[in-house]
Amino acid sequence: MELFNPNSNIDFMRWRKVSLTVSAILMVLSAAVIFVRGLDYGLDFTGGANVEVNYEKAIDVADVRAALTAGGFDKAVVQTFGGTNDFAIRIVSDENASSTTEEASAVANDKIAANVLKALNVTRPDAKVTSSEFVGAQVGDELRNDGLVAVIFVIAGISIYLWIRFEWRFAVSAVASELHDTLLTVAVFALTGREFDLPALAAVLSVVGYSINDKIVVFDRVREIFRSSRKGDSAEILNRSINSTMSRTIMTGVTTALAVGTLYFLGGPALENFGLIMLIGIFIGIASSIFFANPILLLLGVSKQDLMPVEKNDPELARRP
Amino acid sequence: MNDFPRWKHFLVAAVALLGILYAIPSLYQKQPAVQVLANKSGVVDEAVKERALQALQTRKVTFDEVIIKDERLLVTFPNTDSQLAAASALRSDLGDGFTVALNLASTVPAWLRAIGANSMPLGLDLQGGVHFLMEVDQKSVLDVQEQRYVDDIRSLARDKNIRNVKVSRGAQGIVVQASSSEDLDVIALAIGRDATDLIVSSGPSIGGSPSLIAKVKPERIKQIADNTIKQNVATLRNRINSLGVAEPMIVQQGDSRIVVELPGLQDTAEAKKLLGATATLDYRAVDESVNVAEAIRTGSVPPDSRIYYFKDGRPAVLKKKVIVTGDELVDASSAVDEQTGTPAVSVTLNSAGARKMLDFTTQNVGKGMAVVLVERTPEVRIVDGKEVRSAKITEEIISLATIRGVFSNKFQTTGLDSAKAASELALMLRSGSLAAPVDIVQERVIGSTLGADNIRKGVTAVIVGLFLVVVFVAFYYKGFGLIANAALLMNLILLVAILSIFQATLTLPGIAGIVLTLGMAIDANVLICERIREELRIGMTPLAAIRAGYEKAWATILDANVTHLIAAFGLMAFGSGPIRGFAITLAIGIVTSMFTSVTGTHSLVALIFGRSAKIKSLSV
Repeated sequence: MELFNPNSNIDFMRWRKVSLTVSAILMVLSAAVIFVRGLDYGLDFTGGANVEVNYEKAIDVADVRAALTAGGFDKAVVQTFGGTNDFAIRIVSDENASSTTEEASAVANDKIAANVLKALNVTRPDAKVTSSEFVGAQVGDELRNDGLVAVIFVIAGISIYLWIRFEWRFAVSAVASELHDTLLTVAVFALTGREFDLPALAAVLSVVGYSINDKIVVFDRVREIFRSSRKGDSAEILNRSINSTMSRTIMTGVTTALAVGTLYFLGGPALENFGLIMLIGIFIGIASSIFFANPILLLLGVSKQDLMPVEKNDPELARRP
Repeated sequence: MNDFPRWKHFLVAAVALLGILYAIPSLYQKQPAVQVLANKSGVVDEAVKERALQALQTRKVTFDEVIIKDERLLVTFPNTDSQLAAASALRSDLGDGFTVALNLASTVPAWLRAIGANSMPLGLDLQGGVHFLMEVDQKSVLDVQEQRYVDDIRSLARDKNIRNVKVSRGAQGIVVQASSSEDLDVIALAIGRDATDLIVSSGPSIGGSPSLIAKVKPERIKQIADNTIKQNVATLRNRINSLGVAEPMIVQQGDSRIVVELPGLQDTAEAKKLLGATATLDYRAVDESVNVAEAIRTGSVPPDSRIYYFKDGRPAVLKKKVIVTGDELVDASSAVDEQTGTPAVSVTLNSAGARKMLDFTTQNVGKGMAVVLVERTPEVRIVDGKEVRSAKITEEIISLATIRGVFSNKFQTTGLDSAKAASELALMLRSGSLAAPVDIVQERVIGSTLGADNIRKGVTAVIVGLFLVVVFVAFYYKGFGLIANAALLMNLILLVAILSIFQATLTLPGIAGIVLTLGMAIDANVLICERIREELRIGMTPLAAIRAGYEKAWATILDANVTHLIAAFGLMAFGSGPIRGFAITLAIGIVTSMFTSVTGTHSLVALIFGRSAKIKSLSV
């Protein structure tokens, strides 16, 4: 069975100007989406309180919201757990509150669950708090910074490795692609209006890992063909590399998508985001391998001379599995 | 296929066997249990077992087994309902002498446990667990600090030979009164020079005598608070490590709180005892003027002294005045006395403590000095339907020694019975130097139902994901697909085995890592199979195609996996809690997948195609 005709030779490089332009525009748009619209950060990052309540008898979400507003929680976000009895109430910590004395805010944090319950009980005495959670704003800030550092560390680490194993042009192309993939993935996710939580951050970093795999498979083929072919027409070699690895690209894309797809559909609320971001990221990663990473390589002027091994320390040994 | 060395076949077989062996325990689910532990003085014996059995039988609670192991009574149950019923029955019937706690008992057969094969620990989100929010009593630390400045100012005044100085703590800070404003100026100058952490301002005249007010600088207060919480986090971490909880989470929250998450622990009592109890210690002088036996008999001791007791009940009369407190203690470690070669504890004090110790020892060589450990266990009682928080304070002498010479910041306590006693005393001294009392302000036990629900969903995702990938790969690559699938299955088994061997806690994100690994592990086989197809297309013989396929794909597989590992390490280094769990699973999965999908499949391929010299076609 074939998913992709092995004898095809599509001239992807011919569209490089168009594809690079489109990618650039998409990156700018994504940055705009992320920075203008903003990400809907989860409790882990923003700090605040999460109170889960259960009503003995069914209630409308609007009524819960009304009760909270009446109780002074105007910024509370109410979500249902599918049914009409269980709700999650999110209260982002008030910035004004943190500027007052530490003691006062500590006391306030302690009592959020109790106060929420009080507000709800005004209209409906059958409400109960099933669980409550509070995350300090400072902790959230730290997590967000750590996440950013992690993304930068991963991208830098990978590019150094590529620089050593391949050549600087490959490292640059990979870094550009990673930025491209991260931006686009996060932007698409932001458009879904879902909450960006810790699993989502893990997924973004996994997307970086997945997409770099994809690039490396093509880069490896580029290096191999450059070394073995006599004439070194870069555009043609890049095309051949993409075409000959296309089956693998699609195949691995499908298997990974099958796996993370089950997380999205069956993993339950905690893993939904992870699965979704991975699905988005796999698609974007594959596209960027073809339409972004390789055109950049060509743009940077990759050539046969750059890829010839400097010294041959028994390459046979290095290849042995 | 003669180029595949025999030892690699053996390696693959051995790894597979070990993998299966160590993965098996994770199939055994833990069983709800109740454990009974005797308090300090008591002991769990057959009599206790009888009483427990009676308690369970009279309440008609169904149970599986009652055993005594490691000085504790363990009762296992078929379900959580009877577990809870039994716990409350045992609590009321056995009485105060015992701690009854919920627990999960391992059902892994003994022969597997004997070789160190245990089931994977599950995270808070998968099996439930305990979540504590602890409040560090910053106020008490500040009180202690302020009191110390009061003492400092008094001694400054004494140094300057100024009499009739009154120093006290007021609402606005430390109030210093002197008989004349000249005297006060001298004191203010001295404070400015020696106690730089204080801000001095003039105060109102009290009863005709002028006064000044000294306040601790806000930066200093913040610094004290910062240090306090850091010290507490470190101490808690040490204590929790002794609980044996895998991947406990101890994080500072805000300025005065610490979050402690103990996955898998249903036994809040033991954890609370460990976390809630705080110890401080004081060095006190022995009151030599009193005959101890006489004092016990008559009950009369000098007003500045009190009777304290050792753990074993021996009494001693100590002065109420503290020489040095635990927070002036910088370090305590067990050592060997250089002169006698007997076990000793060497103690280091900070400069404030050193000065006080020097002052004291100069005048008291040959007299006794004792260390009193003050333990504070928080208690919650229900009085008139309201929760009343209080603390039970127990004071006990942990060491009494004779001052052999004058010393200041470094000294040794010698004459200890054994090296064990020395290290125990050192540990007690260190934990006693914990600066602030800690109270548990919130406690949450994450129910096992929510955990069970999560684990069901996670396991379903793993099985369905695996199934989809396996079917797709088998359909696409046929014969070689089946080989790749065998490797994938082996990969899952190895991953579980390694997680079990290292007792890494499995969390929901960890399951996501497993699923992702399953999806991506097949990549190596895809690379190999595609290569073999390519080689076949250009007319190679089947065996040559296989060899070329493995050789040419290797460099790509290596590069792809190393970069992927870098990504996993990034997550591991900077991620916290759940993210780390994910990253660890991912990293292990990458390594195992390289082994199973390259070496493992190569071994299978060599076994299948190696014997028949002439193969016409390959199923790939």
